[in-house]
Amino acid sequence: MDQGRIVKVAGPLVVAEGLPSSKMYDLVRVGTEGLMGEIIEMRADRASIQVYEETEGLGPGDPVEATGAPLSVELGPGMLEAVYDGVQRPLDALEAQSGAFITRGMNAPGLDREKRWEFTPVVSAGDRVEGGDIIGTVPENTVIEHRVMVPPGISGAIESISAGEYTVTDPVGRLVADDGTTHDLVMMQVWPVRVPRPYKKKIAADEPLTTGTRVIDTFFPIVKGGVACIPGPFGAGKTVTQHQIAKWSNAEVVIFIGCGERGNEMTDVLMEFPELEDPYSGEPLLKRTVLVANTSNMPVAAREASVYTGITMAEYFRDMGYDVVLQADSTSRWAEAMREISGRLEEMPGDEGFPAYLGTRLASFYERAGKVECLSSDGGAEGARAQAAGSGGPEEASAARSVREDSDEGPTGTAAKRTGSVSVVGSVSPPGGDLSEPVVQNTLRVVKVFWALQDQLAFQRHFPAIDWLTSYSLYLDKITGHWAEEVSPEFRARRDECMAILQRENELAEIVRLVGVEALSPEEQILMETAKSIREDFLQQNAFRDDDQFSSLHEQDRLLEMILLFHKTAIRAHEHGAALKEIFAAPVREHIARAKYLTEDRAAEFDEIASEIETQLVGTGPLREETAVYAGGER
Amino acid sequence: MREYMTTRDIVGPLLLIESVADVTYGELVELEFPDGTRSLGNVLEVDRDVALVQAFEGTRGANTAQTKVRFLGRSLELGVSRDMLGRVFDGLGRPADGGPDIIPDVRRSIYGSPINPTARDFPDDFIQTGVSAIDGLNPLVRGQKLPIFSGSGLPHNQLAAQIARQSAVLDCTGGDEIGCKAEGEFAVVFAAMGITFADADFFIDEFRNTSAIERAVLFLNLADDPAVERIATPRMALTAAEYLAYDCDMHVLVILTDMTYYCEALREVSAARKEVPGRRGYPGYLYTDLATIYERAGRVKGRHGSITQVPILTMPDDDKTHPIPDLTGYITEGQIVLDRNLHRRGIYPPVAVLPSLSRLKQKGIGPGKTREDHADLSNQLFGAYARGLQAKELAVILGEAALSDDDKAFVAFADAFEDRFIRQGPHEDRSIADTLAIGWELAALLPRTELKRIKDAYVEKYLPTDDGEEDAAS
Repeated sequence: MDQGRIVKVAGPLVVAEGLPSSKMYDLVRVGTEGLMGEIIEMRADRASIQVYEETEGLGPGDPVEATGAPLSVELGPGMLEAVYDGVQRPLDALEAQSGAFITRGMNAPGLDREKRWEFTPVVSAGDRVEGGDIIGTVPENTVIEHRVMVPPGISGAIESISAGEYTVTDPVGRLVADDGTTHDLVMMQVWPVRVPRPYKKKIAADEPLTTGTRVIDTFFPIVKGGVACIPGPFGAGKTVTQHQIAKWSNAEVVIFIGCGERGNEMTDVLMEFPELEDPYSGEPLLKRTVLVANTSNMPVAAREASVYTGITMAEYFRDMGYDVVLQADSTSRWAEAMREISGRLEEMPGDEGFPAYLGTRLASFYERAGKVECLSSDGGAEGARAQAAGSGGPEEASAARSVREDSDEGPTGTAAKRTGSVSVVGSVSPPGGDLSEPVVQNTLRVVKVFWALQDQLAFQRHFPAIDWLTSYSLYLDKITGHWAEEVSPEFRARRDECMAILQRENELAEIVRLVGVEALSPEEQILMETAKSIREDFLQQNAFRDDDQFSSLHEQDRLLEMILLFHKTAIRAHEHGAALKEIFAAPVREHIARAKYLTEDRAAEFDEIASEIETQLVGTGPLREETAVYAGGER
Repeated sequence: MREYMTTRDIVGPLLLIESVADVTYGELVELEFPDGTRSLGNVLEVDRDVALVQAFEGTRGANTAQTKVRFLGRSLELGVSRDMLGRVFDGLGRPADGGPDIIPDVRRSIYGSPINPTARDFPDDFIQTGVSAIDGLNPLVRGQKLPIFSGSGLPHNQLAAQIARQSAVLDCTGGDEIGCKAEGEFAVVFAAMGITFADADFFIDEFRNTSAIERAVLFLNLADDPAVERIATPRMALTAAEYLAYDCDMHVLVILTDMTYYCEALREVSAARKEVPGRRGYPGYLYTDLATIYERAGRVKGRHGSITQVPILTMPDDDKTHPIPDLTGYITEGQIVLDRNLHRRGIYPPVAVLPSLSRLKQKGIGPGKTREDHADLSNQLFGAYARGLQAKELAVILGEAALSDDDKAFVAFADAFEDRFIRQGPHEDRSIADTLAIGWELAALLPRTELKRIKDAYVEKYLPTDDGEEDAAS
């Protein structure tokens, strides 16, 4: 390998000479301590290198060693529950080496080389496999089964494979490729972070990713494989919203990238996630989580790399057939890292000093999200297992393949196919909360869900401070069918009605501000009260209250039903002469307000609320007898 | 010792030195000007045999022909020792009180090293500052960085001094009851950047009068001191703080004032380097640079000490979206915002409760820390105050008569809240029990049905009843 020399040092950027055979984005080792760096520009024989560690003390003449390989991550058993820095060094290994403070020049492999994993093959000798095929499984922890795959680009026949305990680099078997060469099969794959992992094809995402947060799930839902962004000024609750999704979403694997954010926030995640129970598996949340922590005071170039490290890991779990959520908090810090490096390269700046390629980089990052049919030769994991059980040979594998080809025209994959998804939720920290700044604008071009956080709402302690008037989700129509089947046929209609009430409230609020609430018609006054109820009793959700932080879709539907029932009954009662004051003072309103905290026997409680609405509104009005005809059931 | 007299350019605080050898990035430089004055600097960039040096103490008196430049082969360091307590230093860590030099226990690079996130311990020890607007609504916890966003002419110095004077951690080993003040070694590290002599003198006086000076280390870079020196001052202070916290097991409160002048010094250097500016001419790396200061707050597992930061910054034109408060807010764990209107109305401390925030309060309050009802009550007070202010705006347009009865109750609440909860004396040290008791008295002004954010059980237990049994809460 080439050995070059430093000629210039300017902050995180180092320029070196004498690396003729290196390529763009190759990894190099800088200085006598061997600091990690990546080539990001080449002019004649000068290579500009962004260094992932502090460069203090480097000077012209220091050595630079080429490695000939791009910046890559190690993929295999052992990633879950780990905490990595931006270039996949496990932080606990760094702590073991240097103590509480991170010093320079430390090396630690992304995957533990000593730890042995129990490998169970699902294919057998003689089977034909291709890149992406599952050859065996490892129970990585009690939640996630790690599916060991043939690396993309390799195909051939299994020569040998056996169960046993292996480290990630031990051969578990051998494969004879089509060209006659043999390859050891190991559990670990190495993949360059800036190259998307291949898949068979992208498919339309149509299944909701539920988060337990009412304003998101009901009003601005995201799908598995979808992309969302959360822009908002500081203090509006970006990070809490991100944490809520990491905690309660129904994804199987969560990759959380703390990109240039606070150290204490990562500590919070680290201390809380082992304690919290995953509502779906009942196991600690940390077991399904990979953390990438590159806090704001850690080197800026590693921050630039951290989002790529994270998304490559996400794609790897997707390839196994899992639904993955990747959260990047915050993409603005990533963009700023790009800006800083770009400035040092003396590139011509675009908007606000950001590089001209900001939009392209953001778009190609978000585009790595999506629901896909995973790379494999056959129907999927089940197929591979069936094959293993039947000890089938190449004939059976090709039969499976032809089945696949036949069903290609089918809607979105059959049950036999292995599909996986990566959903990306990126937070954006616009300077001064100004949504016209370049990072927000470039992000909005590619994301389909926009959760706009408002500091005015946060000041009123309306959390989550997601502004219902400006936020949007373009996935709504895609999942309406799913809602009708899984939640209730009226859910979409209820949601739309509430949305309309909130919109109308906004218009009326102007009038109220000018001439007072008395100027409104009684129907409008009822609408204003209903809107307030939607805001306070439905949209507001306390992330720190055990009985409020998670709300199932079914509960969300029932809650909306109650609010709307009150609304309609109130209008009816008023039409029959009940005074507005009496209607608004009905004790059932407090019952509705507390309905979101219900923990036990919610169904019965909701029914009780429904009957109270009837008795209190209709039952107390002066025209009780007359309205009785409308008041079905209880009275 | 490598000494050169090959200065080619002098631009503002920067010098370009030619024909140098073996210079490294970040290296400390000693400059000797023709008249014999000496000044420190460091290497910002080195390109083959050309080094770019920033002079901390300015370049007045320098010329290209006779200036001697010595590269010292190490980075800027501070010799730290327990003996620093009670001493005053200049912005580069040299004694400024006429006392003897410190005999360092160890010399540390002022740039520090990032704390490994896995080694951090989460800050969750409530600090009782004795200020209701902070303790009740936006509590400070040990290891937090909570800036004061202020404006020119507002009493941020008084508030910072009051916090430094009164801060105590409660000992809650006694169970559910609110604990008494816990024992522990405290220290205050104070860094002044570009503030006036009068402001600095106020703090020194304040520390002297309360004999807190013996537990304080002061670094002073005043308004007439070299601007570029300010870039080093907060790092000097934090290096001393880290030593006291992690080597001497002390709980250190670091006050940095005024971060605005620090950022301006950074901008000055950036402009002299002709870097591509970000917003309002501040360098694009301002966020990263500020993070390397603020993120040095925290607690580390297995060490007893902690570093709590209270940076002060004056917002130009009270504009919170100005890059300095904006980027600060994105790094720090909340902010205490001072409000000019409250100040004009004579309310001290003029804490604007609504835009203020403490991100760590959820972890620092509740049973075993303060009291079970603290979180709910503070949410309720926030919400009610916000609604009261809204109703007041309405009353301005429509007149008080147009308000509904509920709204009138909230207006009355908002006024009482400002007068009794926020307002207190600069030397009034309220215990958290007192703060909560006032909060409940105010909550009692609201209709019972509006107390939606408080669990029923707490309302039953703590809400003062009509027959004047107001001490039920304490």
